[in-house]
Amino acid sequence: MMQGYLRSDGRKGIRNIVAVGYLVECAHHVAREIAMPHREEDVHVIGFPGCYPNDYAQRMMDRLCTHPNVGAVLLVSLGCESFNKYGLERAVRATGRPVKTITIQATGGTRSSIAEGRAWVAEQRAALDEMQTVPMDESELVVGTVCGGSDGTSGITGNPAAGRAFDRLVAAGAACIFEETGELIGCEHIMASRAINPALGQELEASVAKAARYYATLGYGSFAAGNADGGLSTIEEKSMGAYAKSGSSPLSGMIKPGDVPPKGGLYLLDVVPDGEVRFGFPNINDNAEIAELIACGAHAVYFVTGRGSVVGSAVSPVIKICANPETYRRMADDMDVDAGRILDGRATLDQVGQEIYDLTLSLGQGKRTRSEDLCHQEFILTYKSFEPLGPSCLPH
Amino acid sequence: MTNTLPFLLLDERDNVLVVTRRIVLGDQLNIDGEIIEAMNDFPLAHKLARRPIRAGETVLKYGAPIGVATADIPRGAHVHVHNMKSGYTPTYTLDAEKGDEA
Repeated sequence: MMQGYLRSDGRKGIRNIVAVGYLVECAHHVAREIAMPHREEDVHVIGFPGCYPNDYAQRMMDRLCTHPNVGAVLLVSLGCESFNKYGLERAVRATGRPVKTITIQATGGTRSSIAEGRAWVAEQRAALDEMQTVPMDESELVVGTVCGGSDGTSGITGNPAAGRAFDRLVAAGAACIFEETGELIGCEHIMASRAINPALGQELEASVAKAARYYATLGYGSFAAGNADGGLSTIEEKSMGAYAKSGSSPLSGMIKPGDVPPKGGLYLLDVVPDGEVRFGFPNINDNAEIAELIACGAHAVYFVTGRGSVVGSAVSPVIKICANPETYRRMADDMDVDAGRILDGRATLDQVGQEIYDLTLSLGQGKRTRSEDLCHQEFILTYKSFEPLGPSCLPH
Repeated sequence: MTNTLPFLLLDERDNVLVVTRRIVLGDQLNIDGEIIEAMNDFPLAHKLARRPIRAGETVLKYGAPIGVATADIPRGAHVHVHNMKSGYTPTYTLDAEKGDEA
């Protein structure tokens, strides 16, 4: 049985971290220095680098600071940035979590801010370590999935295996989220046919059409040079492989970054901004996508890689599923699951899917991922703009 | 199903096969009963033509269109960015900068 940390909104966390959030890049160093002595003790740095305000970033920070895996929050402000630190601190306090804001300009600069921050974090860490857990059912889980450093193996081993694990979780009542509409270009019609009603199907198709327009304006697809080295020739081919991560459950809804799925089921996360093209590429790298999945409440994220990514994330554990057996031999220490076994007949898709599913539940029983052990706590948040969800996106 | 061939057919409708074990120039490949000599090395997960594909023809993998052939491709040949393109956005590669390492 999994054990979770019960939060005031009824959600449960499988981790109990202290989040140290910088509210502008100018406060990043101080935040990092505050967290550094505790980097192996679940004190993670998150933050927003921009000095101009942005509703999306504010909402992302709000959702991350009140994520069920987070037990306490230290905000680090320079003092003159535009981020609404008062609103964020209020939102965190309203959940009953310990929260404190350090304003560097008021505290007297770098040294005194670091000292004050470290003292507070040490106190919170000790208090959180005493917190009792409660039993947690798998139906209470939210799990996300991304793929990155994809190659031609991703779509035939790791992604469909992650899809099998998703099928198991959805059947058990959990919420599962897949994403990157820009990497679903070419399979929008197939995907829409899995929606639980036609109106949702239209929303799903529209989200991919929006992504295609967005990327066409920028001149590049969501496709890196290494994808081609790995045998992928076009965005459509990459998409078909990426789409396999979603498994075969019916599609219950579409959400945007920061929306928590209202109940169990399979959800598409629309990550491409609404309106005219602004602020550049939708997600400038894999961690931007991982942060958005976590902001939607994901307790854990599956990361399927063929070329060999090493990243983890702040806030929630990342399970790295290596699709390519040659990559696994080179980088086994970074990988949680060797899905490339499927290619040479050492395992079936169902077996690897089961392994991923079992590993997911074990994260709620004290097991840690390779990237957690290696202190990978990547985090990035940039500018975006979204309209609210349409009425057809979350049927009944 | 045990697959002793070094490639995989993902869907009956496909006109490409996916390499599951490295293929070396000169290897004898049994493609749907016809023996063809590999025209080049194939890294893992690259594609080869299951049958002749004409320029302009849709390339099918997973039973779905993944792009269009830009040249006539003989059976057994490597199918990649040099002879097919996206129907959506162009594919960016770093080949030009790799020089002698490529």
